[in-house]
Amino acid sequence: MKQSEFLNTVIPFKDKVFRLAKRLLVSTEEAEDATQELFFKLWKNREKLGDYKSVEAFAMTMTKNYCFDRLKSKQASNLKLVHSNYKEKDLSLQKKIELNDSISLVERLIENLPEQQKLIIQLRDIEQYEFKEIAEMLQIKQTAIRVSLSRARKTIREQLIKQHNYGIS
Amino acid sequence: MELANIEKLLEKYENAETTIAEENELRTYFLSDHVAPHLKEYQSVFHYFSTSKNERFTKSIQLKSQPRNWRWLTVAASLILLVSVYTGYQKNQQNKAEKIYANTQMALNMLSVNLNKGTNAIEELQEFETTKNKIFKQFK
Repeated sequence: MKQSEFLNTVIPFKDKVFRLAKRLLVSTEEAEDATQELFFKLWKNREKLGDYKSVEAFAMTMTKNYCFDRLKSKQASNLKLVHSNYKEKDLSLQKKIELNDSISLVERLIENLPEQQKLIIQLRDIEQYEFKEIAEMLQIKQTAIRVSLSRARKTIREQLIKQHNYGIS
Repeated sequence: MELANIEKLLEKYENAETTIAEENELRTYFLSDHVAPHLKEYQSVFHYFSTSKNERFTKSIQLKSQPRNWRWLTVAASLILLVSVYTGYQKNQQNKAEKIYANTQMALNMLSVNLNKGTNAIEELQEFETTKNKIFKQFK
């Protein structure tokens, strides 16, 4: 596989890899390093890529495993949220300000979910993969994914309502 | 989109039973400006989902030289340490051997000096013997 060919297969999902890494590692810099490292690994294994049904699914699995490893080795050190710049589209300024608070609240709520649920929320609600694809990436059953996802979605909503009632958001 | 329909979809959504298409319907509804007040909390959720999908990996992917020299550096450092410890040990052994050699040499020297004293004394005795023989021969 030549470099240009490799890049053509790999570039379409580079943002997805980055976003998944960021979801798990939180810090942007960590996620950038992870993405770089992962693509380098993919490039080194380029001869074997043909064996996989979907290179993208394989890359996502690799990302998940790599980030979990990183998290394990980084357990002692502090990972911080580095930046959060949201781009809104056609909303008036007042609404934007109101929303911004609750949007960063959503981010924090997702951050507090268990790793598995975080992963699934990222893959389903943000990247919008089909359950079948997620099952392939995470090597777990679709029913298990649905259970986790449902749990995560419910937790997020409950927490939002709770925060809302306290008048914090 | 009818409100009743949205509520039904939301219930399915919470149970993780919606399809991607249905989730997209929900998304367009909540990204619009006309969201029912009692569903406000979902608005921020779907806003967050769609904004975080816009995040991009802005750096270029490098496929060749990877800055991971430090890993080899540690390997090299440990190798050097091993070699130096080994040579140091060797040197130490050699020094010990030399010391022992010097000690034995000194001991042997002392032995030979004392032995020489002994032989000198025997030579003197010999001298005495020969002169005694000469004298006693004359008297015979």
